[in-house]
Amino acid sequence: MVNWKDKKEFWITGAKLADPEAGKIKAGSILVQKGLISEIQWQKKVETELPVFDCEGFLIAPGFIDIHTHLREPGNEDKETIATGTAAAVAGGYTSILCMANTDPVIDDPSVVEYVNRRAQTDGNCRVYVTGAVTKGLDGEQITEFFHLKKAGIVALSDDGRYIANSSVMRTALEYARMLDLPVIVHCEDPYLTDESQMNESYVSTRLGLKGAHAASEEIAVARDIRLAQLTGARLHIAHVSTEGSLELIKAAKKKGVAVTAEVSPHHLTLDESLLESYDRNLKVNPPLRGLSDIAALRTALNDGTIDCIATDHAPHTEIDKQVEFNFAPPGMTGLETSFAQLHTELVLNGKFELIDLIRMLTTGPAGVIGLSGGKLAAGVPADLVLIDPKEEWVFKKEMIRSKASNTPLIGKKFTGRIKGVFLEGRWCSDVS
Amino acid sequence: MQFNRKDLLGLEDLSAEHIKLILDTGDNFKEVLSRKIKKVPALRGVTIANVFYEPSTRTRMSFELAEKRLSADIINFSKATSSVKKGETLRDTLENIKAMKVDIVVMRHGSSGAHKFASEFLDASIVNAGDGRHAHPTQALLDMMTLREHWGTFNGKRVTIIGDILHSRVARSNIWGLTKMGAKVTVCGPPTMMPVDVERLGEGGVRLEYDLRKAIEGADAINILRIQLERQKNSLFPSSREYFEVFGVSSEVLKAAPPDCIVMHPGPINRGVEIAQEVADGKQAVILPQVTNGVAVRMAVLFLIAGGKVEEDENS
Repeated sequence: MVNWKDKKEFWITGAKLADPEAGKIKAGSILVQKGLISEIQWQKKVETELPVFDCEGFLIAPGFIDIHTHLREPGNEDKETIATGTAAAVAGGYTSILCMANTDPVIDDPSVVEYVNRRAQTDGNCRVYVTGAVTKGLDGEQITEFFHLKKAGIVALSDDGRYIANSSVMRTALEYARMLDLPVIVHCEDPYLTDESQMNESYVSTRLGLKGAHAASEEIAVARDIRLAQLTGARLHIAHVSTEGSLELIKAAKKKGVAVTAEVSPHHLTLDESLLESYDRNLKVNPPLRGLSDIAALRTALNDGTIDCIATDHAPHTEIDKQVEFNFAPPGMTGLETSFAQLHTELVLNGKFELIDLIRMLTTGPAGVIGLSGGKLAAGVPADLVLIDPKEEWVFKKEMIRSKASNTPLIGKKFTGRIKGVFLEGRWCSDVS
Repeated sequence: MQFNRKDLLGLEDLSAEHIKLILDTGDNFKEVLSRKIKKVPALRGVTIANVFYEPSTRTRMSFELAEKRLSADIINFSKATSSVKKGETLRDTLENIKAMKVDIVVMRHGSSGAHKFASEFLDASIVNAGDGRHAHPTQALLDMMTLREHWGTFNGKRVTIIGDILHSRVARSNIWGLTKMGAKVTVCGPPTMMPVDVERLGEGGVRLEYDLRKAIEGADAINILRIQLERQKNSLFPSSREYFEVFGVSSEVLKAAPPDCIVMHPGPINRGVEIAQEVADGKQAVILPQVTNGVAVRMAVLFLIAGGKVEEDENS
């Protein structure tokens, strides 16, 4: 039995390789040397004396990149830690993640950035990039020391979880971020319109007696932030877009040349508000699950370039957090471990989306938004790769979960397409038999 | 017909036959309430917990009286005097109640869906005494019992519900119950108090009318909702004075309705806000008979939920 964890030099053969930059999926072989991809041959097998990792029947793609993960550490280690969150990432085929700043303490100070980086080095199972808060304590008022945060290692700024309601603060943040070429990730919701809301505002919320948040509450915020991005020239990234109206605004802004990008979550692409009839707290997310027309628009936007990437918004919570009345349950569901299988099953196999495009949305798409390396299949880059069995049918069971949290409505769901493991800088990591 | 349901969470998923069965049983129990000794042994040996997370006077008294009239054993819980103040969760509280081997939990809670949540882990039957703005089935049933006493039938009858439909569990349950039984419902109130797509609620839908006089024209009954002034965090109308002017039911306004139109109100009443004194105390008002029927219909619900045959089992 070969111990692939220690191999410094080997060929990966037999698989189909997904190259998102070239937009092709074709049989090929990859030579890995000292953690890097050193050669790609577009043929199934190669003549070699080196050890061969045979991936017959599987698909190899660049490791996925999630630019919207909540790791909860520091401060809420009962929900998730850097160790468990990155283990969940690897289980889902991710080799890099970008963690959000709404920890406790908030990542609004270089010391917290350094803490996260250090823990990621000692406990992490994949690469961890860090987001710094836009405002101190996420208070929406006083911007943080962007320069010092960048020096400490952040790659983006965000008050995710909260909207910066003060337009003047937002303008200042964008102007200052532009100077440092840091993208600003925004959580778009007008808090006055979403106050105490529990779900999407619609006939379903009327029937269920739950306070709804109208799509307009997101769209108003998207419109303001796009206008400010246009004014300042900053890189604006709109997180978890969920409505048709937001997409129209983003599309128009892109046409005008505004530096705006957008992500969509797997749950907003696949789950609709009618599921809330169960009052299942695991379906409570922010922004809320929307109606079928929004889902259709999001799917169209994946194909027409309005959406730049898919990001999980992996938001772990404890069972106790969610074992409460709907009103009191915190919003969020986990997503790292299911995103590929869910999207492959619901979109690719149903003919709504090409497999290579899905892979692009999970690799070069997110890398391009933030400006991260990785996501590519090319000689000279780190051998961060994911091995996928596109045909395996499997049921997502609670005992498979690597995240500390299990707040997902997908337990018991049958999927087609399974992550078999990842190579992280050429090291094989897998716990799937 | 057997009432083969464990819980009563709402009227939306209850059949017309089941509603009729509850109302018929309520009629029978109403007779008990007029006896000298107003008590039957129907629920002897059955333990009921009244779990009230929201303040309530009439619903709680009505349920407690119904339970006593049926000879059930009762325990009471209210949020104000419970471990909830010490941070106990709903689940923990209900798990404790479960461990005490309670048969039926009558619960009121401020969160929509709280009863659905409770029913997922409680073996005991759950009777919804109001959840958030979602449902208040026994209030709707007592309203329907009152209406049927006057009309004999629901077919073709017209009911106008006036006020804050957005926040009203009473309105939602009434709409489901009444439309299921063949009545037509019109809703009237400020647009700020109308939920999205309100016309789609109920079987066959409802009519939305902002003009109060037009809304009550030809109505066989009007149900006036209480304006919950304490819930108006963001003011949904400019003032009580203006509300009364536009949506308040005065004797002058009531002339737009037929003379035999019944006036209902779930209480407690804000005289001079949604209803004028002379209308609340007037000849067309059935507000107090509604309260009496509340006890009878709650007896019926508890009796049927408990299997409706406790006495028979004992005698067998």
